[in-house]
Amino acid sequence: MNAIVVSDLTRRFGQFVAVDHLTFDVRQGEIFGFLGANGAGKSTTIRMLCGLLKPTSGTASVGGVDVSRDPEGVKRRIGYMSQRFSLYERLTVDQNIRFFGGIYGLDQAHLNRRRRFVLEMAGLEGRERTRASELAGGWRQRLALGCAILHEPPIVFLDEPTGGVDPLSRRRFWDLIDQLSASGVTVLVTTHYLDEAEHCHRIAIIHAGRLAALGSTDELKHMLADRSIVEIHASNPVEAMRLLDRMPEVEKTSVFGTTVHAVLRADRAIPTDALKSRLVDGGVPVAGIGPVQPSLEDVFLEVAERA
Amino acid sequence: MRKAFAVARKEFRQIARDRRTLMILLFVPAFYLMLYGYALNWDIRHVRLGVEDQDHTPESRSVVSAFVNSGYFDLVASVDDTRITELMNTNEVRAVLVMPSGFGRSLRTGARAPMQVLVNGDNANTATTVMGYALTILQSESAHYRSGQSTPLLSVQPRVWYNAELRSTLFLVPGLIAYISMITAVISTALSIVREKERGTMEQVRMAPLGAPAFVVGKTIPYFLISLASAVGIILVAMMLFGVPMRGSWWLLLAALSLFLVGALGLGLLISSVSDNQQVAFQLAMLASFLPTFMLSGFIFPISSMPAFLRAVTYLVPARYFLVALRAIVLKGAGAAAFWEDLAALAIFAALVLALASVRLRREWA
Repeated sequence: MNAIVVSDLTRRFGQFVAVDHLTFDVRQGEIFGFLGANGAGKSTTIRMLCGLLKPTSGTASVGGVDVSRDPEGVKRRIGYMSQRFSLYERLTVDQNIRFFGGIYGLDQAHLNRRRRFVLEMAGLEGRERTRASELAGGWRQRLALGCAILHEPPIVFLDEPTGGVDPLSRRRFWDLIDQLSASGVTVLVTTHYLDEAEHCHRIAIIHAGRLAALGSTDELKHMLADRSIVEIHASNPVEAMRLLDRMPEVEKTSVFGTTVHAVLRADRAIPTDALKSRLVDGGVPVAGIGPVQPSLEDVFLEVAERA
Repeated sequence: MRKAFAVARKEFRQIARDRRTLMILLFVPAFYLMLYGYALNWDIRHVRLGVEDQDHTPESRSVVSAFVNSGYFDLVASVDDTRITELMNTNEVRAVLVMPSGFGRSLRTGARAPMQVLVNGDNANTATTVMGYALTILQSESAHYRSGQSTPLLSVQPRVWYNAELRSTLFLVPGLIAYISMITAVISTALSIVREKERGTMEQVRMAPLGAPAFVVGKTIPYFLISLASAVGIILVAMMLFGVPMRGSWWLLLAALSLFLVGALGLGLLISSVSDNQQVAFQLAMLASFLPTFMLSGFIFPISSMPAFLRAVTYLVPARYFLVALRAIVLKGAGAAAFWEDLAALAIFAALVLALASVRLRREWA
């Protein structure tokens, strides 16, 4: 069953097409990743799916409710958390929970039950009276998530939910997402951390408002299966990249820290040894070289460049 | 409605946490009133008076003491003819009484007793006022002598209603109450929504199934109660410090004040909904509350003497209506029948701006 059905969804701002005929489905209980550069149209899409922004054309239904026709109905079925962890900083943990419970119309008994759940989930038991402004990033993030799902929505939108949070908290946050998904909640999450995308069941790569690729991480990596990628450890990666770019066998290169990935052309294979000797001849000492599996980043760069 | 209440409670807590803002909202208005109330005072006191008494009789001395005892004049010099110009030029004196010899005798015999009052006219306003004081004093002085006469002369006896002493504070302080309440109410609410936009909490709230009207109502309630408390505070200060009377009904005053404040808060919310950041909101709020309330409400400049098109603009200034009601209740003790149209206008203004704010927010909402 599909929790979200998007068909030809388009949004223009004047001449600018922010979202261009997007079509995809999200299955119930799925963690669906939305990947794209800043300004690719991720947030605009989310805002349309949440009923905040009217689509220019196309349709979208969220939890079976049409977003154009009944945005309020959509709002009752979703939870939303943004990268800003929008809490009221001057209010305490407890007061924030009670406020969001209030505007979602939860009755007292329901609110008390959910309040305990959120405090436990966020690890904030005993800190109910702490002000939100005094919480460290990870706790604020989990509290914001808790406030967003107080009303037990079947669908949750997370807009870059892990910005500015330490790796341990990020890990913990993704564990929570996995638990939500396991309990049947559909999660649509935007991110530009590619390692986070690995947590998603499926990923949509958005580029310039269009759907550039869609599939599981394995499926996406498979897109590059016809080309081999060579990873080169070089003390001078920039110089190595310059040399590689001039070779006819190399389609493109990208730097990952001290290593360079070279995507080789499918029709002009070259043994890695030959590649290495050419680099050494060119004056770039090579510490290591070998074929690697394409990473999601390779896919992302490939897709972004092609589109 | 329960959702609106949740918004109101949250807003209250936020304000309560922000001690500084709360202090500003509650006490700065009263402080302003004192500041303005004492500074903005058209009553002229301590007018430096010179006396040229060529008569030296009990009657001439009685005139001088009447001036001094009035409290408006300070006797600083007894001058002779030649020094008058010099003293006036250097501002040593701003008014001079000249009583020629024979002045006392004329009075005793019931004949006309001419005398002269010189007033420095470099400030026309002040001069008129000083002249008014002088004539009033002289009139009551001459009444002493007439009382002994068998045929009382017809004398003009001006009587001023509501402000028998023509104290300008009684005229100005109600204006100040309106002015200060308006500014604090508009500015505090103008910042409230735009702050949520800046912090991103607005977006979070918009994601909830909470309509714009519930949000507006929830935002209005706390600021209404706080600005009402603050306004009642400055009215009490006005009564204690400036002797503003309370001749009418407190309930009526609270009703008029409430209508006025709801309109002001609505205006603030409207400004907040069209602004993108706090600076813009603050400037718009100042522009919308400060100038019109100061210039176009009848606070200082009488509306009846404005050119037609400015007069038309004053109909959009809520303080205009509130001032009529406030002055009528406080100074005249009038009942609602005397100013029901102004109350209606306040109600219409409040309904209008709140509706506009809701519409404007709703458009942004979805």
